[in-house]
Amino acid sequence: VAGHLYYDRLLVKGGRIVNDDQSFYADIYMEDGVIKQIGDNLIVPGGIKTVEANGKMVIPGGIDIHTHFQMPYRGTTTVDDFSQGSKAALAGGTTMIVDHVIPEPGSSLIEAFEQWRNWADEKTCCDYSLHVDITHWNDRVKQEVDILLKEKGVNSFQVYMAYKDFYQMSNSELYEIFTFLGEMGGIVQVHAENGEIIAEEQARMLEMGITGPEGHVLSRPEELEAEAVFRAITIASQTNCPLYVTRVMSKSAADIISQARKKGNVVFGEPITASLGTDGTHYWSKNWAKAASFVTSPPLSPDPTTPDYLNTLLASGDLNITGSAHCTFSVAQKAIGKDDFTQIPEGVNGVEERMSLIWEKAVTTGKMDENMFVAVTSTNAAKILNLYPRKGRLAVGSDADLVIWDPDTVRTVTAKTHNSAAEYNVFEGMELRGGPSVVICQGKLVLEDGGLHVTPGVGRFIPCTPFPDYAYKRVKARKQLAVLRAVPRGMYDGPVSDFSPLSRGGTPSASARTSPTKQPVRNLHHSAFSLAGPPTTEDLPIRPAGRRIVVPPGGRSNITSLS
Amino acid sequence: MSDCRRQWNREDELPVYLAGPITTGPNQRKSYGMFTSAEGACDSTTKDYDNCAAGRRGTRTPRSFSRDRLLDYAENPVPEAASEASEQGKVCINGLLIRGGRVVNDDRSEFADVYVEHGLIKDVGVNLTVPDDVRVLEANGAMVIPGGIDVNTCLLKPHLGCPPVDDFFLGTKAALAGGTTMIIDHVVPQPGDSLLEAFERWQASADRKCCCDYSLHVDLPNWNAGVQDELEVLVQEKGINSFQVYMAYKDMFQMTDSQLYEAFSFLKDLGAVVMVHAENGDLIAQEQSKILSMGITGPEGHPLSRPEELEAEAVFRAITLGNRVNCPVYITKVMSKTAADTITQARRKGSVVFGEPITASLATDGSHYWSKNWAKAAAYVTSPPLSPDPTTPDHLHSLLACGDLQVVGSAHCAYSTSQKAIGKDNFTLIPEGTNGVEERMGFVWDKAVAMGKMDENQFVAVTSTNSAKIFNLYPRKGRIAVGSDADIVIWDPDRTKTITSKIQQSAVEYNIFEGMECRGGPVAVVSQGRVVYEEGEGLQVQQGSGRFIPRQAFPDHVYQRIRTRNKVKGRQGVTRGMYDGPVYDVPAMPKYITPSPSAKTSPTSHQPPPIRNLHQSNFSLSGAQLDDNVPRRSGHRIVAPPGGRSNITSLG
Repeated sequence: VAGHLYYDRLLVKGGRIVNDDQSFYADIYMEDGVIKQIGDNLIVPGGIKTVEANGKMVIPGGIDIHTHFQMPYRGTTTVDDFSQGSKAALAGGTTMIVDHVIPEPGSSLIEAFEQWRNWADEKTCCDYSLHVDITHWNDRVKQEVDILLKEKGVNSFQVYMAYKDFYQMSNSELYEIFTFLGEMGGIVQVHAENGEIIAEEQARMLEMGITGPEGHVLSRPEELEAEAVFRAITIASQTNCPLYVTRVMSKSAADIISQARKKGNVVFGEPITASLGTDGTHYWSKNWAKAASFVTSPPLSPDPTTPDYLNTLLASGDLNITGSAHCTFSVAQKAIGKDDFTQIPEGVNGVEERMSLIWEKAVTTGKMDENMFVAVTSTNAAKILNLYPRKGRLAVGSDADLVIWDPDTVRTVTAKTHNSAAEYNVFEGMELRGGPSVVICQGKLVLEDGGLHVTPGVGRFIPCTPFPDYAYKRVKARKQLAVLRAVPRGMYDGPVSDFSPLSRGGTPSASARTSPTKQPVRNLHHSAFSLAGPPTTEDLPIRPAGRRIVVPPGGRSNITSLS
Repeated sequence: MSDCRRQWNREDELPVYLAGPITTGPNQRKSYGMFTSAEGACDSTTKDYDNCAAGRRGTRTPRSFSRDRLLDYAENPVPEAASEASEQGKVCINGLLIRGGRVVNDDRSEFADVYVEHGLIKDVGVNLTVPDDVRVLEANGAMVIPGGIDVNTCLLKPHLGCPPVDDFFLGTKAALAGGTTMIIDHVVPQPGDSLLEAFERWQASADRKCCCDYSLHVDLPNWNAGVQDELEVLVQEKGINSFQVYMAYKDMFQMTDSQLYEAFSFLKDLGAVVMVHAENGDLIAQEQSKILSMGITGPEGHPLSRPEELEAEAVFRAITLGNRVNCPVYITKVMSKTAADTITQARRKGSVVFGEPITASLATDGSHYWSKNWAKAAAYVTSPPLSPDPTTPDHLHSLLACGDLQVVGSAHCAYSTSQKAIGKDNFTLIPEGTNGVEERMGFVWDKAVAMGKMDENQFVAVTSTNSAKIFNLYPRKGRIAVGSDADIVIWDPDRTKTITSKIQQSAVEYNIFEGMECRGGPVAVVSQGRVVYEEGEGLQVQQGSGRFIPRQAFPDHVYQRIRTRNKVKGRQGVTRGMYDGPVYDVPAMPKYITPSPSAKTSPTSHQPPPIRNLHQSNFSLSGAQLDDNVPRRSGHRIVAPPGGRSNITSLG
């Protein structure tokens, strides 16, 4: 651990420790940013700072698995940089964030990763990890992904099924990426929306003269999200690769995920703060700036029952992990698309509101208990990042990231008081019960008595290792089972019909039709054919027009049958 | 040809059908909407039987054919005189009375006699007054049903230049032997070929060889502007209303989602039925190369590389596209439980989608791909493959019985063993297709009706009526009513036969249903008013007697809902004042050499809507400023001033 950090020795007294599996009353003693002891009547050094929990819940600090701080966009960057963003995270009880590295298509993944690390190391106030988005695919990218996985501490990579001609991957590329990451132990995250249909729908909307933010949701109906989720699950199941669907925004997409889980697919769904807390009716707001502030992809569903439904699935375990997809643009930045909704920068806030919102919508309504709350806000994320039990659990040896949670505190969300730099808050005016009264990050008090004390630059990069058990145990077992074998048969020695190796139209050859990639095995077969070919082609003109070779009566005996 | 092209959907034709004793009364019938007007219905309001009988050629004795299949009929074209015979001439004009049967339509069954003249049903009822010299067919209480319509055959689809062994003659002969009196064949042009030319080639071959009425689907091998013109001609002049698109066969027939979207939009405007071969071709290609590299080259590689998930995925995507475009979708060859379930769920949500299981998927399963006998295993190769799950046929029958699947086809595409052997060392080269045109009706009876899943009326619905409705042939086909075509089958539910390649009509060496017992079968088949099969007498077919049946666009059964949805699904923008707040400067050219940000979101740059261009010019005006060469500070935001919201015009 870096020496420049000063760690408090801290004792949290009289709290009820809530992990994802059980809750119990105990004190916690931490030193050097690590939990040293848990229990009653701990023997601790004198003179240390003691925090009285007064019977309140003590939970592992939240992990926001999806943020876009300081994200470059067309020459500008999002208004919340790593310092502002992680400050907002800490204010909401989140003590670790995982940001997305988005390399420009064609550029180096590793360079982009290093760039993001520099930005984050400089400014982040809490621990962080990084996902890397795969924005194009070739052999060089493959090597870089390999290095990132093995040496750089990145175990999750996002691919896009939307943003045609930009980030979008074809099905074949997805198949290759899934296969590769499945072998290397990475987690595939997908942005699931059918980009091709979106492109068509966008053109149609603009043609109809719909240019405002409502065009965004009209051109990206939730069906297209569900379709892409379905396709991603199919590909993942073919390649035996665990799948993580980022930003589950609609009921139908969530349903597809829960159906797939019932069928045994290894798939995880991540609803975000916005989809759990609000809906897409605001796209029709008369206030352009307000409507534009809700623009994100996939869009919020206009169906107002969506948040409730997603919270239910989160409580039942069909959806597992919550992120915020915090990606904030100022109104002036959003106004880039004032006359064309396709140009509006996409992103909503949510890193600060995430934990409270889930408490409000799921726990206070009785859908979810406090243990499940811990699971969906931190533990599951830690498991899939392979950081468990270092993060996401209060146990001896775990990092001292914890939150004293007050279930009774009530606060009204408003852009006036939030910690983000955005002018609009998509949860504006919402009353949220439950919130952090004390936040301890890296063993240091950062939030106490309403005062936030953050230090930009103290955040450490936490490397994630491949093959997280949470996702890969099942995958490994299936790999051993799913071995395909050929049927041992004798050679077929019956007659073989003449055929023209080229199809009639002079268009793609027959081999192109069925085997797009060059296969050494295939070529062998071809040569076998051409050996058999010459005599028959000579016969050709002699044959009657109906050139069929018909097996003689009892012809079946010609065919080698081993049975 | 045109004088026989009757228009069946005119409202003023109603009395003709309602006069028949077996219809169920005007109000009830009308509620189904079968007789409401179709767009572009033409003018002839009464059927002119004299006109139909003009080319009396009924004296032509039917040729009976031996089993000498090696004869290539293309070598011996039908004599000029015969091939010039007008359509009317192909129809038998002699009267025929089917007596003592139980007439079964899709809505009800009743005991009635059926009198047929000039290839049409003239009367249905008891105690009919008929001429004395008519031929009488005794039904002896057996069921009298509309002849089957097989909506999916491929009797001329070449594989690497080889046509299938069952051509239009053998194929339709087999169809008639099984109680099917009409086929709809797939025209499969190669990529780059003209659709019209391919259509004419198919039509010429079928006119020469078909023994029963036929119609054609046209498959779209690719999508471009030329295809669009040809489609218009096919729909408006050639009587084609159904087109198949492919989501599989990468680099060959496969279309991208964007192309599918465009094709769906275009075909919907034409009022055509979009048929989809639903499999994810990209993933199949990947799986195929993987399986081949593992050394699996036999037919078992075929189902291994095309798992049913890929079928379900494509079905889901096709339905999504259909919903977006508001276009009806018809899934050909539903082969697996998951694909069928996907269709079922979509129907529950209101999608206009139809599913067509085929004989093979209804009667057998994919476990045979693992047969040690290569030729047997290869005989089962078709796409999508038969599911290795042995409970699949049962499941599909249940869905067929409850109406979630609507139509039964055969996808009959018979290749000989030597043709299949083209792929003896590489399963991806095995020609795809199974037999089934002859066995289709029998297996639906055996597996669904005889098992108590389905009643006889639903049997008629799935084997003929529904297809006739979807493809706009109803009530000319698919119904026993006055004025309908005299395509009638006397069906004996108790007949049992064992399927074997030795007694089949098809020329394939391997029948994939070999050895299966099948209850139910035709005792007599009447096609175009002529008895072509009678138990004991054998099959008496006449090559070239089949007529091309043109079909109008906008079938009501498919398009009524679509039209209403078009009306109610209007979209409007929100009326707002102009945003007059600060706007962040975007560099006119993106920083990066990679695709421009506008390409990110608006790929159809070839036809930018005029509105867009205006805005874009706005941008470049503000973009090219004096200070363009001055590098901007990092973190330069133009933030709305405090109270900035007042800057924004808000009408609300």
